[in-house]
Amino acid sequence: MSEATMVSTAAETPSPRAALQENLIEVKNLKMHFPVTEGIIVPKVVAHVKAVDGITFNIKKGETLGLVGESGCGKTTTGRCILQLEKATAGDILYQGVNLNKLRNKEMVPYRQKIQVIFQDPYSSLNPRMKIHDILTEPMRVHNIISDSAARDRRVLELLNVCGLSARFADRYPHEMSGGQRQRVGIARALAMDPEFIVCDEAVSAHVVSIQAQVINLLEDLRDEFGLTYLFIAHDLSVVRHLCHRVAVMYLGKMVELADCDELFDNPIHPYTKALLNAVPIPDPTLEAKREHKIIKGEIPSPINPPPGCVFHPRCEIAVDGCSKTIPEFRELRPGHWVACTEV
Amino acid sequence: MSTLLEIEELQTQFFTSAGTVKAVDGISYTVDEGETVAVVGESGCGKSVSALSILRLVADPPGKVVGGKIRFQGRDLLQLSDEQMRDVRGNDIAMVFQEPMTSLNPVLTIGMQITETLQHHLGMSDEEANARAVELLGMVGISEPQRRLSQYPHHLSGGMRQRVMIAIALACEPKLIIADEPTTALDVTIQAQILELMKNLTRQFGVALIVITHNLGVVARYADRVNVMYAGKIIETGSAADVYHSPKHPYTLALLKSVPRLDLPRQAKLDPVEGQPPDLARLGPGCPFRPRCRFAIDRCATENPKLEQVNPGHLSACWEKNNLTSPGTGVS
Repeated sequence: MSEATMVSTAAETPSPRAALQENLIEVKNLKMHFPVTEGIIVPKVVAHVKAVDGITFNIKKGETLGLVGESGCGKTTTGRCILQLEKATAGDILYQGVNLNKLRNKEMVPYRQKIQVIFQDPYSSLNPRMKIHDILTEPMRVHNIISDSAARDRRVLELLNVCGLSARFADRYPHEMSGGQRQRVGIARALAMDPEFIVCDEAVSAHVVSIQAQVINLLEDLRDEFGLTYLFIAHDLSVVRHLCHRVAVMYLGKMVELADCDELFDNPIHPYTKALLNAVPIPDPTLEAKREHKIIKGEIPSPINPPPGCVFHPRCEIAVDGCSKTIPEFRELRPGHWVACTEV
Repeated sequence: MSTLLEIEELQTQFFTSAGTVKAVDGISYTVDEGETVAVVGESGCGKSVSALSILRLVADPPGKVVGGKIRFQGRDLLQLSDEQMRDVRGNDIAMVFQEPMTSLNPVLTIGMQITETLQHHLGMSDEEANARAVELLGMVGISEPQRRLSQYPHHLSGGMRQRVMIAIALACEPKLIIADEPTTALDVTIQAQILELMKNLTRQFGVALIVITHNLGVVARYADRVNVMYAGKIIETGSAADVYHSPKHPYTLALLKSVPRLDLPRQAKLDPVEGQPPDLARLGPGCPFRPRCRFAIDRCATENPKLEQVNPGHLSACWEKNNLTSPGTGVS
């Protein structure tokens, strides 16, 4: 990558690029196949849902990697595998060199503190019977981070303050708060553990436009203040462009393209990425009137029985005969720009 | 083009234990034949209720259309008997709902759900209705339409179900289709397919369309005119180009500034609308947007501005509508 593009990529974000040399997370050939069973008494595995099927990427320290794709492409499963909420079928997840997939539950405990998650739905991810204070102190007690209860109370107030909530919310229950406020609690809970890395799984998707912008800004402020690394899973491409340094596009369990944020949005290479970007309407009527709309045909096939060869070939505009036979290699077409397509 | 639908001072209220919620509070707009009008706004601004009011589908109790006129081809829909209204629904005005998962009946076949309308409104025989249903399914781009007639909604994907909903809406060749968040539950490539389909079919048959959405991009791509709603009122209306390029209401301005753009590199931090939308059961005098507004003046606290013309065809309900030239006014 040239010096000039580096500067433009970093625009406005305090450039984490310079420090971005060290890999925080390396995911190698990750596979997550869920068995499909038949029979009640003696379940028999009849097929596998290939939710994630051999993906490789890394996330550098301080970086925000966007993971985009449509429903069922495996982006959430990838996040859950990193969080060790799913036991991956195959592949390695290295966190600062330590393979999380090989750790026993007890050995995993210190990493559970460093790796946190913010969920999409602030309605179902907070316990309705717990006060906000208890929701925030529970992880501190479990991990024995702050043993003194007065210090924990102070920490709660500090967390609420950092997330833009006033102190009076500590004594409230989730149902007494709006969606945006609940999401702030979800973010505060993740921060309670002093994490290094946060998986944001559709963390801004459940909100109305004006509240969404508030949550995006909060995530951004926290990233800069605490030097956090994010895996930002989202289906809203505009938000990803705004927040991420690099972006990976997934389709049917495979990674089809990975590049620096502006490079991906300005010069997409893979036909699926192109179609995806074209499908997003831009809030500018004059521009939309000029824009050529190429509508992608068909629907996403089932991950139980994905198409042979390149998984995208049945919907692809530029597919040739070979695409249904050979699985395209994920290759570095330009420096830092990876694509899984033989025809580009 | 002649006016198809004319809504005048429509008021819909919900009578709840927490008080009277003025969900729609005196909105007026028109839809011309073959025109696409978008109604945008955030959750709870009354955009769906205003659409349901047109078809008199607001659940009573707790809701009730308490005032106004809805003239469709000259007839006031609010004066019709229930029976007459049933003839209008599906026949003259059709509706496409947000959730294709819940708006199709799960225990009836796709065929039955399409032919029901045809037989009821047009008095077709079974054979005629079946043939027309096959034709309609083909029109909305569903493969093997004959076989689909005997399938149930759970056999189809979300995008396919929304296509079936559109087929049902088109069945009786209505003059107007109201689409309430037709693509919100769908993936972006499927959303593009469905919107393109709706655009092509409405052009082909000259059907007018009211699209209700919170997605500003969808509006920009498909709508001729836009009504922006806030707290039960239309606060700005105009052609899509006017409203997007020179918004004349602080709320529209703020809304446009709070969404990141896909086509531009990241500029600066987003500029969100601070605060929460108001509680519609507890609206005081004055402009409901005032607590979140950067341009508010003293007058805004006591007098609620009416929708007034800024430029021909472009109206805004704001006392400061001509003084919004310096967006942000230093706050960022």
